[in-house]
Amino acid sequence: MPVWNIIQAVNDALRIEMRRDPRVVVLGEDVGKFGGVFRATNGLFDEFGPDRVFDTPLAEAGIIGAAIGMALYGLKPVPEIQFADFIYPAFDQIVNELAKFRYRSGGQYPAPVVIRTPYGGGIRGGHYHSQSPEAYFVHTPGLKVVIPSNPYDAKGLLLSAIRGEDPVIFMEPKRIYRAAKGEVPEGDYTVPLGQAKIVREGSQVTVLCYGAMVHTVVEAVEKVAAEGFDPEIVDLRTLLPLDSETVLASVRKTGRAVIAYEAPKTCGYGAELSALICEKALMHLEAPIARVAGFDTPFPYSLENEYMPSPDRVAKAIRDTASF
Amino acid sequence: MLVSARPPADDSLFSLLDDDGQVRPGSRVPEVSDELARKLYRGMLQVRVVDERMMRLQRQGRLGFYMLSIGEEATHFAAAALRPADWIFPSYREPGAAFWRGYSMTDYVNQLFGNAEDPVKGRQMPVHHSARWLNYVSISSPVGTQIPQAVGMAWAAKISKKDDVALVYFGEGTSSTGQFHVGMNFAGVFKAPCIFFCRNNGWAISTDQKHQTAARSFAVKALAYGFPGVRVDGNDLLAILAVMEDAVARARAGEGPTLIEAVTYRRSGHSSSDDPSVYRDPNEPKEWERRDPIDRWKRYLGTRGLYSEALEEQYRKEINDEVSDALAHAEQVAPPAVETMFDDVFAELTPELEEQKRYLLSFPRYVNPHGGS
Amino acid sequence: MDDHGVADPDRVPSLTPEDWLRIYRGMVLIRVMDERLMALQRQGRIGFYGEARGQEAAVVGSAAALAPQDWIVPALREAGAGLYRGLPLRTYIAQIFGNANDPASGRQLPCHPGTRASHYVTMSSCIASQLPHAVGMAWAAKIKKDNSVVLGYLGDGATSEEDFHVALNFAGVFRPPVVFVCQNNQWAISVPVAHQTASPTVAIKALAYGFPGIRVDGNDALAVYGAVKEAVDRARSGGGPTLIEALTYRVSAHSSSDDPSRYRDERITETWRARDPIVRMRAWLAFQGFLDAAGDERLRADLDAEVRDAVAAEESVPAPPLRTLVEDVFAEVPQFLADQLAEIATLPRQKLGGAHQ
Ligand SMILES: Cc1ncc(C[n+]2csc(CCOP(=O)(O)OP(=O)(O)O)c2C)c(N)n1
Ligand SMILES: Cc1ncc(C[n+]2csc(CCOP(=O)(O)OP(=O)(O)O)c2C)c(N)n1
Ligand SMILES: [Mg+2]
Ligand SMILES: [Mg+2]
Repeated sequence: MPVWNIIQAVNDALRIEMRRDPRVVVLGEDVGKFGGVFRATNGLFDEFGPDRVFDTPLAEAGIIGAAIGMALYGLKPVPEIQFADFIYPAFDQIVNELAKFRYRSGGQYPAPVVIRTPYGGGIRGGHYHSQSPEAYFVHTPGLKVVIPSNPYDAKGLLLSAIRGEDPVIFMEPKRIYRAAKGEVPEGDYTVPLGQAKIVREGSQVTVLCYGAMVHTVVEAVEKVAAEGFDPEIVDLRTLLPLDSETVLASVRKTGRAVIAYEAPKTCGYGAELSALICEKALMHLEAPIARVAGFDTPFPYSLENEYMPSPDRVAKAIRDTASF
Repeated sequence: MLVSARPPADDSLFSLLDDDGQVRPGSRVPEVSDELARKLYRGMLQVRVVDERMMRLQRQGRLGFYMLSIGEEATHFAAAALRPADWIFPSYREPGAAFWRGYSMTDYVNQLFGNAEDPVKGRQMPVHHSARWLNYVSISSPVGTQIPQAVGMAWAAKISKKDDVALVYFGEGTSSTGQFHVGMNFAGVFKAPCIFFCRNNGWAISTDQKHQTAARSFAVKALAYGFPGVRVDGNDLLAILAVMEDAVARARAGEGPTLIEAVTYRRSGHSSSDDPSVYRDPNEPKEWERRDPIDRWKRYLGTRGLYSEALEEQYRKEINDEVSDALAHAEQVAPPAVETMFDDVFAELTPELEEQKRYLLSFPRYVNPHGGS
Repeated sequence: MDDHGVADPDRVPSLTPEDWLRIYRGMVLIRVMDERLMALQRQGRIGFYGEARGQEAAVVGSAAALAPQDWIVPALREAGAGLYRGLPLRTYIAQIFGNANDPASGRQLPCHPGTRASHYVTMSSCIASQLPHAVGMAWAAKIKKDNSVVLGYLGDGATSEEDFHVALNFAGVFRPPVVFVCQNNQWAISVPVAHQTASPTVAIKALAYGFPGIRVDGNDALAVYGAVKEAVDRARSGGGPTLIEALTYRVSAHSSSDDPSRYRDERITETWRARDPIVRMRAWLAFQGFLDAAGDERLRADLDAEVRDAVAAEESVPAPPLRTLVEDVFAEVPQFLADQLAEIATLPRQKLGGAHQ
């Protein structure tokens, strides 16, 4: 099995699906000849040509609006928004249109568009190349939100997303685009949406995470495991629909929960997880739930490593929670 | 069906019929068969009659909200220049285009009532129709959002090597939105077979067209995107059909998009919630009554010997009967079942929605004491 | 001015030799800075850099047309315009290092300078989002009757964004004293301008908004200055907005993260390098007798020393203090942010981040 990084895995998923299904098209800024600023669409233009892979003008609302129209016509567009930070000009098309089309037409007009977008900090990108806007989309009924943490999942989840019938916001953790490497089977396979993965079994405290933060958590857990702690790590993989069964089963087992995410803390996805645990597993809790998150400030540049939850911060939360 | 009438290359106003329904001397006009001419008349009359009836209903408190097209009916029938396989992306003010495609009065009224038989299952405000079986796309309230979608649809047709075209309607106020800009720009770059139909009815709620843009016309905006823009008398159905025919032919031949500005006037309020007397001179709509598109078409039919009062009476009666039947039916139909609230969010219910549905169904159905349907 | 620096004397805008030399100096400063900072970036000493190489005439020629009270709302390649109008070089270099001397406390990517004192608004990376702001500022100037003009810059790619449309449409309707300068360098990362819009020029887009659009040779500092000066004067006297398209070419990569050989024919780039605005300006100045070879040498040496000194001084300045993380989110630091800061205050400091992709 080849060892690939996330970009290669995403690229491979797109290629496989474009070969398999002639309805799949890719559009976005610089995705054509250039192959995307992160190279995720590398080679697609050469293989599939200018009728399947489109460089668009610089207009995110146009990209998503047109992708919706394509989907209504029966194509399967996979638009790329170059950075999640630039998704806001398309916010109206995503939140008011894409998410509601099926519902508002009484089921007549589903619009299965899969929007790929790199997100997250840690690349020295400042405010506008670092944000984690997943909560806006999870909060929008009608959108599925998927965030892989490794190449295997990235490929399998993306293939599931494109084959599905619903709009998906597929957020790719760009900090670990190249750093996260792993064995990826060649050819076709899928990872179903809505299934979390237990990355490490443990008995003492459940650590919930997704995307690049999984790697931070693993690093933190290595530290605290050496001190004798035994945390369980759950990689959510899909934020909506959430695999609440796996989450709750783990918390019921350990009785403690730490939630790690990069986005600003307040009203972030961790708030939802925390509420879920309180609603469904409160009596199993032996310690307060801890959230380790980005601060409620715009994403900084020079101090970005202070801003992002570090392995130290996660480790501290695990220790505090486990020994509460 | 129609013979090209060569609309102007600039944005001067193109018209074929004068206010008396006479073909302007020297014009080459599209060929409109007797049958089609009468059908178009009935179509416009239907919109007018339906609007009057629904507005009365709204005033009686039997309908929550309504939007009228009085004086703009001719623009709806731009759709008559399309083939059934072509796509229509409407705004909220072109029900005639849906009727033209075969949308029934029952569907129409059920949608207004948001009842269990409403094609959109009572999920939207009145006048937000959707008819997939007629290639008539779901209407959205935020203005302009349909424009890039229509471009995407047309572009998809082109990619799929089909010669379907998309017709997208919007008001002149909507030309100020970013959606208009990105849609027009994409269409220019990708030569999408899309026809942009701007109903310039002079008003965007209380904002008159002069405050909407400093451009000398709306049609001229096409130049910024590298394709033609034409300005047509929007109360002259014959001229509309002529420019549409030209635009459709260009689109099908792979020559790309066209912007059509149809100059007309919103004689009624913006919607049933509006009171235009606060912001405009009441004489202005009166002025436009003289240029009524239906009267003009009627006189044109007269010049061709196709009109009689008896025919009009017959049409009115048929339409009124259809409305009465549809109303009588719609008022009997129950609201949508509670559990339908959770359908169509996704292709299948998610576990969260499943749980929320079970929860809601465990309560007796709530009746809002403050009304609402 | 032709490609060899020959201009029809009757059409040269009236400025003193000192003024022209100052413009030339501003152009050379950009070039010297670009060369120096790209070298630093390649050595990994700064995280990111975006050049304005080949666009110096468009940048400085336009900024020179402003009066001191006027404002610049920049896009992404106009730092040179800020420097020309009084943004201190050290301040700019501090921003690039994101150090404690940066007035914005290292909160943004390099090449995002801005100070109120220099009337140069701090930019956003989000393409075209500045244009409605430029209109709003100019509208406010009109309401306040304070006689200032706002210059809003944009790239050719920016013309596709919604914000471009809404900004120019508002400008047409409300006629504030705003001048839009589009540096049409014919590329938006890998997308050529022909794929950006089907219109024959950018200038023609002004027709859609009801005000004049002018296309000018963007590698000709005299022409850019002349066109922008006329537009600025008209705006100041209540004549409304103008869109100016300065036609130039992005002879460098989009940024330090880009490799243009992947998507374009660099032989065409070479033909544009041959129309170097600095070479043309220098030739014109020489014809006029305003500058000789020795003077030019001296100027370059001075500017190079200035840039080196600024880099040397700023590179050793430490990162901004930790508390700046929570400052300037609101006017005052609210308690919940102070609490969040306290959570990490006791932990060991993190290293500065890695390189931008
Ligand atoms: C994005 C958005 N902003 C505001 C509104 C409120 N609104 C509804 S209709 C309308 C005016 C639209 O005018 P125009 O495009 O000329 O269409 P007309 O109503 O004249 O047919 C406004 C402002 C809206 N529906 N959507
Ligand atoms: C809203 C938004 N979308 C995408 C980007 C990514 N991006 C950065 S620069 C750029 C190209 C800009 O081209 P242009 O406006 O011509 O300016 P130039 O780089 O040529 O000076 C793109 C697509 C962005 N910064 N903002
Ligand atoms: Mg209107
Ligand atoms: Mg450019």
